Parts: sequence; structure tokens; C-alpha cells
Amino acid sequence: MTLNEFWFILIGVLWTGFLVLEGFDFGVGGLLSTLGKGKDAADTEKRRRVMLTTIGPHWDGNEVWLLTAGGATFAAFPHWYATMFSAMYLPLLIILVALIVRAMGFEYRHKRNDDAWRRNWDLCIMAGSLLPPLLIGVALTNHVRGLPIDQDMEFVGNLFTLLNPMSLLGGIVVLLLSLTHGAFFIALKTEGEIRRDARVIGTKLGLVTAVLAVVLLLWIGLTKGTVWSWITTVIAAVALLFAIWSNTKDKEGYAFIGTAVTFAMAVATYFLVLFPNVMPSTLEGGTSLTITNASSSPLTLKIMTWAAVVFTPIVLIYTAWSYWAFRKRIGTHHIPAPVKVS
Amino acid sequence: MDATALARWQFAITTVYHFLFVPITIGMSLIVACFHLMWVRTHKPEWLRLTKFFGKLFLINFALGLVTGIVQEFQFGMNWSDYSRFVGDIFGAPLAFEALLAFFLESTFLGIWIFGWGRIPEKLHMLTMWLTHIGTVLSAYFILAANSFMQNPVGFKFNPDTGRAEMADFLAVLTNKVQLVTFPHVITSSYMTGGAVVMGVALWLLMKHRDTQDAAMYRKATRIGAWVSLVASILVIVTGDIQGKIMTEVQPMKMAAAEAIYETKTNAPFSILSIGSLDGTEATRIIEVPGLLSFLATGSFDGEVMGINDAREAERALAAKVADQYGPEVGALVQDETYTPIIPLTYWTFRLMMGLGFVSTFLSLMVLWATRGGRTPQGWFYKQAAIWNPLLPVLAISFGWIFTEIGRQPWIVYGLMTTASGVSPRVSAGEVLTSMIVYTLVYAVLAVIEVKLFLTYVKRGADPFEEPKAPSDQDEDAPLQFAY
Repeated sequence: MTLNEFWFILIGVLWTGFLVLEGFDFGVGGLLSTLGKGKDAADTEKRRRVMLTTIGPHWDGNEVWLLTAGGATFAAFPHWYATMFSAMYLPLLIILVALIVRAMGFEYRHKRNDDAWRRNWDLCIMAGSLLPPLLIGVALTNHVRGLPIDQDMEFVGNLFTLLNPMSLLGGIVVLLLSLTHGAFFIALKTEGEIRRDARVIGTKLGLVTAVLAVVLLLWIGLTKGTVWSWITTVIAAVALLFAIWSNTKDKEGYAFIGTAVTFAMAVATYFLVLFPNVMPSTLEGGTSLTITNASSSPLTLKIMTWAAVVFTPIVLIYTAWSYWAFRKRIGTHHIPAPVKVS
Repeated sequence: MDATALARWQFAITTVYHFLFVPITIGMSLIVACFHLMWVRTHKPEWLRLTKFFGKLFLINFALGLVTGIVQEFQFGMNWSDYSRFVGDIFGAPLAFEALLAFFLESTFLGIWIFGWGRIPEKLHMLTMWLTHIGTVLSAYFILAANSFMQNPVGFKFNPDTGRAEMADFLAVLTNKVQLVTFPHVITSSYMTGGAVVMGVALWLLMKHRDTQDAAMYRKATRIGAWVSLVASILVIVTGDIQGKIMTEVQPMKMAAAEAIYETKTNAPFSILSIGSLDGTEATRIIEVPGLLSFLATGSFDGEVMGINDAREAERALAAKVADQYGPEVGALVQDETYTPIIPLTYWTFRLMMGLGFVSTFLSLMVLWATRGGRTPQGWFYKQAAIWNPLLPVLAISFGWIFTEIGRQPWIVYGLMTTASGVSPRVSAGEVLTSMIVYTLVYAVLAVIEVKLFLTYVKRGADPFEEPKAPSDQDEDAPLQFAY
């Protein structure tokens, strides 16, 4: 395996880490109003706080996977980074603003005991959790579909080039899968009524996701599939069905692992279809970005490889520890009184 | 305005805004970690109260630094794609290191610290704040290494086959001589800022609660903040002085632009203020200190300081040499009409940086004197000191960055690429303008919310002491000590 291939795989791994981890906190944030709805106003508030507290210690670390995917792309494939981010300018702007208001919502919502204050931050959290997975799905699917890229590696389309049917479907699937994954996470991390409700919502969302995901993967497979990508496609579909089945059998851990594997195999499918391109051009005479012509120098790849080999395991160890430290299920009775600041 | 001007404005707005919160984060995380350490060691209630109180203020500030930092990392690809292509082989690596080594550490352990009350053993809990602090410092190291490459490109070679600058020696990039002095300058100025924030907040509360039992606690925090700020400010001056000499060596134009001197001279004076335009014709200097600029630039009052006119010719010659050496394609990246930064901006920001920093140092000293031996200062002056001292280092740092970035112009990477040639060629002015307006509006609204919330929490003061419960002897169904 060459270093270019290694870094192509590693960037796939980083996207997988991002979608598996931030995917569930996007899902939890996106379900705040539906799954957070209780018997009355007081119950609703407690349920929302339970949901937010399950992801509280983790969402920020999860988001670093996106930053690392971005940073690693910059370091290992500067042309990929330059073309991708300048091409997807406006969607990326929306993603960034969404992530900003969402994070502020997490950190500021509980700092005042004021209904209007909380309502506004809830809107920020929901919009900020629904828009990024949708648009990231659009962005990743556009990679697979191909974009008009000229011989100077510059994107020559516009916003509407990016909003094509296949990519929009990709966005919706990533969003739905995040919501399903988030529902399974809530079921895994909470107790009481909210846990039962999360299972019910999870099954419904999972079935819709499964239908659309199969349509998307068949579409990609039939137009661009390889033997390997068909294998990962089948595993993705089986994992999703297994997740839904486990959820109905009250096996919450398996359900969550199932959607995590679905994300991983969906990313694997995308990357297998892409290889050895990273951003194929649909333009006559255009230059497709590949793992060779978009990459860094051999020395930079070597340095980055050492860094990744040494530090990724350390990151994984303390990340795992943080999940273990907060492994306890929580319910509405665990929620303390709100702060005495109005 | 064209896309280049807009992209520059956007970078200036988002970066200056981001860096209002960063020094506070770096400095306060250290002080909160120290308070937490003192609580674990002594179990005196005041330390826990201070930890929790300043911890909350720290988090209110941290949130904004975090969210605005995300924009920074993606902005290079969005607005500066040609820059990213040309130096990405070198510039991308420190950014990836920053994410992998620093962001994960900082974010994961801060998450544990926020939610860890009563859920993990107390010593481990305290340690998570220290790891958060180490994360912020590491993050500063890598991003400053990236910036230092732009100030003084080292450790690279030009590859004619790929037409770009490529890594030759990563260690040289990480130990760039500009980096080795910029990093301590930025870290100590962050400690100075964190100390000033703690001092200002605690002093205000000390004066408000002067006759209560809490006065001793607030006085202690005031003095700790003032000491941290004072000691750090001395180190800021020392590192700043060394930095000035290195800057003179690697970018003579920047030192000339700092004083707006046009002719090369020995025993060059430094003016505290000027009146009139700074185009070299009619400026009237007020309070000139003979030889001081020479001393700042070279360490000797008789040292020769290159003037703007000679520095401009030197840069023109440098560009010609680069074009000659690397061929016409790179030659196009180093062409500029003036090779001169905006002189009034460099002149005034340099003075504001130093002036505001000195005032802050002086205020810390006065506050230490006024709180000695259990005293509580009173009156209008100290109230103003409490309010303004936290802001002075923040503003000084902003002016320092504006000086150092504007002083490098027209270069994005000194001597290797102009700012104008780094911009994304296919991103339209309309797109840049849209994003600039969106960021500015969102940032403005968030700033108002942040400041209001910060002040609300300051006014409340520290919560009363509550005996914390160890994770082991807690009832399974008891409410959490902290939840979102």
C-alpha cells in the first residue's frame, strides 16, 4: 500500500469517526422537539435536559473528528481541500453557521432559567443539528457523483450544480440515518419513558432510512459500483436492518452498533466508488482530482503518517475512557433544578 | 471591492474576533486549573467556590472561542484556495497536528471537566482541567508555527514539477526562529490577559462585598490574578523585545513601518505620538526618544535601522530573485506595485499594542499595592480599573496581531507569495460578501449575548459552598450535580 492510499483510507476513517460520533449527537439535537415532548411543560423541559445531558460531555470531542478530517485533507491532499472547500462555498457557510449556533445553544441554554431564552437556543440546537448532516451528505455524495472541475482543478459550477437529485437524496439519507442513530443512542443512555419513546421513534425512522438508503446505494452502485463497493453496500443494508430488528427486541447496544456499522460501510462504499479519484470531474477535458495529483509530497505524507500512527490510538483511548466515565443511564429524576439566574 | 479585498476583510474580522476569546481561554484555563488544584490539596471551601465561579465565566468565554475557531480552519480552503494549493504541503501539517494533538485533548477533557462534578474521582477531575489547559497551549503552538511560516518561510523547497512549495524539513518549520519567540510572546500575553480578567472580576466583587465574609476570598483571587498578570506582562515585554529584533532581521520593512521612518539611519529615534500624515513628508513627532528605535530593532542605541524606502527596494530585489530562481509562474506570485504595508496602520497599532499593555501592567501593580495586607481599595479609580483592566490586554493583543499581519503585507507568505495571489480564483465577490455579512451579523449578536451573560454571572458572584459528594457514596437516583 502506498502512503497516498493509506491517507485516502485514513480520511475515510476520519469521516466515519465523525459520522458515527457526531452523527448521534446531530440526531439527539434534531429530535429535541419530538422526543423531548413530555406530558406537560415541566416534563418536556426535563426530557430535553436529559437528552442534552446524554451528549453533553461528548459533542465537542465528536466535532473534532470533522476538524481533523478537514485538517488531514489539507495536510495530505491540499488540492482536494482547496477544490472541495472553495467549490462548496455556500453550503459550507451554512454548515459553519449551523455548528456555531448549535454549540452556543449547548453551552448557553442552561445558563439562564428563562423560557424564551431556552426556546431560542432550542431552535438553534435543532436547526444546527439538522442542517449539517443534510449538507454534509450533499457534499459527500457530490464527490461520488462528480462535479464540473476544469483542467486547473477549479470547480466551475454554482450552487445549483451542487443541489442535484442524487446528492440531495444523499443528504436526506445522512440526515435520517443520524436521527435514527441518535434515537438509538437516547434509548441506550436513558431510562424511563423517554427510553421507550426513543425505541418507538427509532424503529419508524430506521425503516424510512432503510428504504431511502437502499434507493441511494442502488443508484450509486448501478451507475458506478465495483465488486467491493457492492459488498460494503450489502453489509451497510444488513447492518441497518439488524439495527432496526435489535431495537424492536430491546437490544439497544446492538441497535446502536448496527447504525454505527451502517455509517462506516456507507463511507466505505463511497470511498470504494471514488478510488483512486478523490473528486472526479464530469467535465470534458477537465482534471479529476486523484490520490496522486491532489496529494502532498512524500515527505509530508510520511510525517503525517507517523503522527497518525502514534497519536490516533492515544486519542481513541481517552475518548473511550470519556464514554466509560459517563456510561450511567440517566432519567428525568436525575435532572437537577435549573440555575437560579433569570 | 473585489474578492481579494473582501476576503482580506473577512479574514481580519473573523480572526480578530476569534482571538478576543482565545487569550482569555488560555489564561483562565490555567488559573481555574490552579484553583482546582488548591481545592483538591487543601479542601478549603473558598478554593472550590472560586473554581466553580471562574470555571463558569471561563466556559461562557470558551464557547465563543471554540465556535469561531471552526470557521478559521475552513476559511483557508474557502477564500484562500490558491494559497492552500501553493503552500498546503507545509501549512496543512501543523493544522492537522493541531486537530489531532490539541483539539481532541482540549475538547474531550473539558467535556469531562464540565460534567465530572460528583461523577469521577476528584483528583482525576482536577487533572482534566490541566489537560484542557495543555490542549490550549499545544493548539497555540501549532497554529503559531503555521503563522510563523507565513512570516518567515523556512524548511521548504520549491518543486518545479508540482509548481509549489514543499516540505523539506518539518523540524525547521516547528522551530522557526520567529516561532520560538512568537509562541512565548503569545502564551505570556494570554496569561497576562487571563490574570487581568480574574483580577478585574474579583476586584469588582471585593469592592462590592467589602464588608462581608467573602471579602477575603475575593481579595485572594484579585491578588492571584494581579500577580499572574504582572509577572506575565514582564515576560511579554522581554519576549516582545526579542521578537522585535528577530522581526528586524527577517522583515526589515515591518520595523521601519512600525515607526514610519523612510530613510535608513543610525541612532534612530522612537516617537510616542505623531501629528499629520505619515507618508514621510510632514509628520510632526511628539516626544521623541533618541536612539530608542535603534535599540528596539538592534539592541544598540547606535544601531542602523533600515528605512521604508530601502526596505521597499530590498523586497523588490527579493521578488526579482525569487522570480529569477523559480521561473515565471512563481514570479507572478511575488509581483506587487508598492511592496509597502499601510504605514499609518502599522504605526498606530504598534503604539496601541505597547501603550495599552503598559497601562495594564501598571494597573496590576497598583491593585497589588492597594490590596496588600488585607486592604480593600475604594473609590472611582479602582472600580474603573476593575472594569477596564481585563479589556486592555485583549485590545493590546488585537492591535499586536493587526500590526504583525498588516506589517507583512503585501505578502501572504513573506517573500514567496503575495496576498492577492493566494485568493480563491473561482469564488465570486458576491459569495465572499455574503459570507462576510453573515459572519459579522452572527458574531455581533453572539457578542452581545456573551457579554450580557458574562456580566450577569459576574454580578451574582460565587455561589455559597456546598460540600461535594464523592462519586462512590452517591445515591443512584440522586440528581446530578451538573446537567445541561
